[in-house]
Amino acid sequence: MNPYYILDTMAISAGVHKSFDCTDCHNSEYKTYPHKSDLKLQPLSTCLDCHGGDASFAKYKFEEIEKEFKKSVHFKVYGEYFNCSKCHSQHTYVATARNSTNVLDIVDYNNKMCLSCHNDMKKYKLVSGHANPKLVVIHDWLPNQELHFRHVRCIECHTEVRDSLMVSHNILSKDHASKKCAECHSANSKLKASLYKYQNLQKRTEKGTISSLLTNSSYTIGTHQSPLLKLLSILIFLAVLSGIIIHSIFRIIKKKK
Amino acid sequence: MGTSEKIYFYPLWLRIWHAFNALGILTLIITGISMQSSFETAIIGFNTVVNLHNIAGILVFISYLLFFTGNLVTGNGKYYLMKIKGFFKNLTKQGTYYAWGMFHGQKSPFPLSEKRKFNPLQKISYLLVMYFAVPIVIITGIALLFPEIIIDQTWGLSGVFLTAILHSTMGFLISIFLIIHLYIASVGKSPLDNYKAIISGWHHL
Ligand code: HEC
Ligand code: HEC
Ligand code: HEC
Ligand code: HEC
Ligand code: HEC
Ligand code: HEC
Ligand code: HEM
Repeated sequence: MNPYYILDTMAISAGVHKSFDCTDCHNSEYKTYPHKSDLKLQPLSTCLDCHGGDASFAKYKFEEIEKEFKKSVHFKVYGEYFNCSKCHSQHTYVATARNSTNVLDIVDYNNKMCLSCHNDMKKYKLVSGHANPKLVVIHDWLPNQELHFRHVRCIECHTEVRDSLMVSHNILSKDHASKKCAECHSANSKLKASLYKYQNLQKRTEKGTISSLLTNSSYTIGTHQSPLLKLLSILIFLAVLSGIIIHSIFRIIKKKK
Repeated sequence: MGTSEKIYFYPLWLRIWHAFNALGILTLIITGISMQSSFETAIIGFNTVVNLHNIAGILVFISYLLFFTGNLVTGNGKYYLMKIKGFFKNLTKQGTYYAWGMFHGQKSPFPLSEKRKFNPLQKISYLLVMYFAVPIVIITGIALLFPEIIIDQTWGLSGVFLTAILHSTMGFLISIFLIIHLYIASVGKSPLDNYKAIISGWHHL
């Protein structure tokens, strides 16, 4: 049997649509086997068909996500064929970034959504008709690549950050991907606006702002500065410097006498 | 100058330690500041800076072991011992000398000799730097190289975050020490005399 037709029932029962029967989404004629071949051609509901305009799901902003997604490279190249389900399995999807309390879990789950296709030759070729470029080779300019891929998401570098959305969906073409180390490794790291912004991560540390930048297993060089300490250190530095200058002036004057 | 009395204050091992330490710490300060400000050029990438910082850190760690054991096994360690009696009085005395006395022809209140290599202010600052700030920077630095060994949470804050703050704060204090150290070293027989001493080993009284 086609391996893509074997579903992981454990994952389904953990997914957001676990309360559904198969035939809530699929045609009820699937109950007979062998299935009629034309069933396959029947269109299935998209996320927006069910979630669009539904107030009880407003916080997910489905409409805005769709708008953003339509600007992304995937949609631009493949149009309607590249639908939400290419990334989001309707069977197993879990809103992880919103709910998980562990950065590493979020990164892992999110990256697998991309890797399930970008690292899967068959699936990628089915979509594109050509072989997938090797990610390890494309990203060989990035040091500690494995560490980075465990600690940051693909979308951190490949999307434009949208403050209004939990998850940016506008995947830009590769020319617009971030390559600058400083975008993350700096006091105003873009990670603060993306990966580290989630409330669920910040709750763990309770104290709010400074401590919320980082949770236990993440230390990103350059991001842990606080403006207060910076100001204090500049003041101390200037005080020491002026002390030295005044002292040297006295030494020079005294010597001349 | 040649006629005055000389003491062999800085034995070879100490000068070797001091040279590696100065070189290492200078590199650490420059690369440390550049990492915090995310300085990056085409020639020296962020990655190079991180690697330099790590290498310099290991250099300082190894040379610190030399300093520590050197002061345990040779007589040099005794110069760092402080008397509790008159602790603050002596510090004030030396401070007054630097601020006022030396400009009014007074004699140094703690003249250096075979028995005394540092005045009280030097002693306390060397003690604090070498037995407090530098060890903390080394330990926190090693911890940040291997973040998995750090305790996850303390007082509701991330352990890694606290370690990073402690590391940069101590690094900053060492930088301030260095500036003062460099300046005070110029207060000698002649402005360059002490610098020559830490290279040759001989101190002019
Ligand atoms: C919430 C709606 C929904 C439910 C519930 C659902 N499916 Fe699906 N299923 C879909 C969609 C949408 C696709 C098409 C996926 C795509 O376009 O890649 C699909 C595709 C499939 C496929 C084709 C393989 C694939 O993944 O593309 C099989 C087989 C399948 N479903 C079986 C089932 C079974 C069995 C159940 C019940 C355990 C079930 N589905 C429940 C929406 C659903
Ligand atoms: C056939 C209609 C249908 C389709 C298609 C569908 N959903 Fe759902 N979805 C629902 C319903 C109904 C619920 C509420 C289920 C429940 O409460 O048990 C739900 C729940 C969810 C939730 C959890 C909401 C919450 O707050 O509990 C998310 C997230 C979600 N869906 C995302 C998606 C995404 C993404 C897609 C497209 C890949 C999609 N859904 C496609 C009907 C659908
Ligand atoms: C290129 C892959 C990709 C495509 C295509 C895609 N998404 Fe997503 N989407 C993601 C990723 C990655 C996440 C983050 C997953 C997580 O942790 O919840 C996400 C998250 C979401 C969420 C949860 C956001 C939240 O606030 O918790 C919703 C809702 C969603 N997508 C809807 C859609 C809809 C609707 C479409 C189609 C218009 C779509 N997505 C297309 C990758 C994609
Ligand atoms: C640190 C930032 C960063 C991360 C994280 C990252 N990328 Fe990239 N990626 C880039 C940059 C920059 C390029 C453009 C490279 C070039 O043009 O030399 C790129 C190129 C690509 C390309 C284009 C390949 C081609 O040449 O056609 C794909 C596909 C891609 N990345 C997918 C991913 C996936 C999937 C992930 C997550 C596992 C990921 N990237 C994580 C920065 C990143
Ligand atoms: C179902 C398969 C599939 C999934 C899932 C998928 N992609 Fe792609 N992606 C493609 C294909 C096919 C292309 C090649 C587009 C082209 O030919 O330009 C592509 C292209 C790209 C490019 C390169 C665009 C360029 O300029 O060449 C990037 C970047 C990218 N994807 C990132 C991602 C990220 C990030 C995710 C996860 C959030 C993801 N993709 C999920 C199939 C997929
Ligand atoms: C998308 C954000 C992002 C970008 C862009 C990025 N990094 Fe990182 N980097 C991280 C994160 C997050 C870590 C996680 C460190 C950890 O938790 O151990 C990391 C870790 C590192 C480490 C390992 C530090 C350690 O603790 O061992 C190095 C070295 C590094 N990055 C260098 C670079 C360089 C060089 C570049 C540019 C070519 C770069 N990074 C670009 C986010 C980023
Ligand atoms: C370019 C950098 C440096 C220069 C030019 C320099 C110069 C000197 C000089 C001239 C002396 C001898 C005079 C005196 O005792 O005051 C000395 C001693 C000393 N310096 Fe430095 N120094 C430098 C960096 C450092 C750093 C980074 C540290 C520690 C973090 C340090 C710690 C010490 C200590 C502990 C002594 C006393 C050593 C002993 O005699 O036991 N120095 N230095």
